[in-house]
Amino acid sequence: MTRTLYDKLVDNHKVCDLPDGDMLIYVDFHIMNEYTSPQAFSGLASKGLKVWRPEAHLSVVDHVNATRSVEAPDAQSKLLIDNLEKNCTKHQIAFYGLGDPRQGIEHVIVPEQGLVVPGMLIACGDSHTTTYGAFGALGFGIGTSEVEHVLATQTLRYKRMKTMRVTVEGTTAPGVTAKDIIMKVVQVVGAGGANGFAVEFAGSAIVGLDMAGRMTVCNMAVELGARAALIAADEITEAALKGYPHSGQFAFRGESWVSDPRAIFDEEFTISGADIEPLITWGTSPDQSVPITSNVPSALDYVSPKAKAALERALQYMGLSEGQSAQSIKIDTAFIGSCTNSRIEDLREAAKILEGRQVAEGVEAIVVPGSAMTRLKAESEGLRAIFETAGFQWRPEAGCSMCLAMNDDIAMDGERVASSTNRNFEGRQGRGARTHLMSPAMVAAAAVCGHLADIRDFK
Amino acid sequence: MKDKGMMKTIKGIAAPLPLANIDTDVIMPKRFLITITREGLADGTFADLRFDAAGQKRPGFILNKTPWTQATILVVGDNFGCGSSREHAVWGMRQLPIDACIGTGFAGIFYDNARKNGLALPIVSPEVRDSLLQFSNNPSGAEISINLERRMITAGEISAPFEMDDATRTALIRGRDDTLDSLDYTSVIRHFEAGLNERMRVSVIK
Repeated sequence: MTRTLYDKLVDNHKVCDLPDGDMLIYVDFHIMNEYTSPQAFSGLASKGLKVWRPEAHLSVVDHVNATRSVEAPDAQSKLLIDNLEKNCTKHQIAFYGLGDPRQGIEHVIVPEQGLVVPGMLIACGDSHTTTYGAFGALGFGIGTSEVEHVLATQTLRYKRMKTMRVTVEGTTAPGVTAKDIIMKVVQVVGAGGANGFAVEFAGSAIVGLDMAGRMTVCNMAVELGARAALIAADEITEAALKGYPHSGQFAFRGESWVSDPRAIFDEEFTISGADIEPLITWGTSPDQSVPITSNVPSALDYVSPKAKAALERALQYMGLSEGQSAQSIKIDTAFIGSCTNSRIEDLREAAKILEGRQVAEGVEAIVVPGSAMTRLKAESEGLRAIFETAGFQWRPEAGCSMCLAMNDDIAMDGERVASSTNRNFEGRQGRGARTHLMSPAMVAAAAVCGHLADIRDFK
Repeated sequence: MKDKGMMKTIKGIAAPLPLANIDTDVIMPKRFLITITREGLADGTFADLRFDAAGQKRPGFILNKTPWTQATILVVGDNFGCGSSREHAVWGMRQLPIDACIGTGFAGIFYDNARKNGLALPIVSPEVRDSLLQFSNNPSGAEISINLERRMITAGEISAPFEMDDATRTALIRGRDDTLDSLDYTSVIRHFEAGLNERMRVSVIK
């Protein structure tokens, strides 16, 4: 029988079937952060349980920490950070805290440490754990009760999902990045269009991406509702496994981590790579996007009263008018960072736009490298100098920062942000803050122009 | 004791919340997440919809209006609970208290978090959801009844089946603790682990 990559990964990790229709699956590696794990540890304590296999977990501080310095932004955040360290010490779990040269955003540091290889199953109390699908590994986000479950049993209760394949075929035009590819997929499949599905990305436009691009694609697959995202492991994946602290220590190669040639998916989508343009979101859901050369939709573009009402609400929150051209949208802030787009490759792309140019007057521009290692690499390549000369603030400490604004990097009510992040929800970057998602190079372009702009106009 | 008692039927006043894509940032804004406990989240739940910047109740929001101040069930738009994995969203809803959300589909992590905390998420067709939205919009305060055993919703004249996978339904009815239940399989997990070769055992450098 032919099987998809997803089915192979699930079969390979199945411990047993449970009487109620769930199964237990084995978690090879589990990552924790300071904000979704505290109640899991207290759950263990109240039930008198121990951690099943302490060496299979990694904890990292990334969500609440400041990016200007290693000091916690406030006492309550410090409590979360200290609490995680205390729990890790107690249970003998690896802890990469503030000031540790390995610290950074969880989904940025795991590949940097060589902790993800094809065939692995990875869980983490963070929805963007789908990122690891870029390596042909099954990664997915879990809630805090499930964090407790993994800690106590090294397994999760699991229900096999349906499978979807999204094929992006053909060559993308210059200026079109992995971010634009996944934003296009979210636009086509819809936010929630892949609820209940594990999504495999395939096609020449996907295979042609480097690992950073593949991670961006799998990272944002959760914005279409996918609980897991996958890209078949190939020689690009293989090459990306070498040279890191844990490289060569693990191998999950009982079989090849690709779907069988004639494997059947429950749903299929095909997108032409040539049709993708650099995109920006105009609304408050990641599927509300248009090409940068286009306009914000108007009520005439929609048929149902529900869709018209949704448009009206989104435009009111965003402070935009129907039919307004995308490039007329002026910004207050430019933010480059997050688990979606803060890797060295992202910083290089943005720096290409910024070299020899200046951030527009009145725009606050911030770049938060995804990890301490990324920052050092960028500094050694001269990227810091380019960003700072252009007028960007180069933040010395890595973290999620303004992607979700749990620390002190918060956008104000009404502030408009061009952002390389993953969610443009109401209030995401601050109460009343207005987010436009786009690629990091497009954020740099917007910072220079003071309004959303097309990177293809930058020669 | 693992079972907290049987919950077979959920009954209550329902409030319509028809917006699509209500995400967990909206359900529980980040400023309420800086905590190490599960408690004290009721006020944070839907905070920016319920309260203005000065902390005053927004009179137009459904849960601030009679009879929906008493609502324990929500009828929601598509893709409710999308976004962040934060279980705080479900903890807060339970503390409000909300016992069930009826919708056409929920984001996966939210769905699993709900099951762990006794929040029922019956899935119905768009037509049934729309008629329940209409039913719950009536200020008479009529109740909706969700029968978990029969997987049926009744609301006035409306009687409709809903979807809910067996494991979730069992978990809700029994109110069980999954962690303790799964530890009954300790020897099976040990056996699985024994079959892994050395290079399939992750050991993180401290």
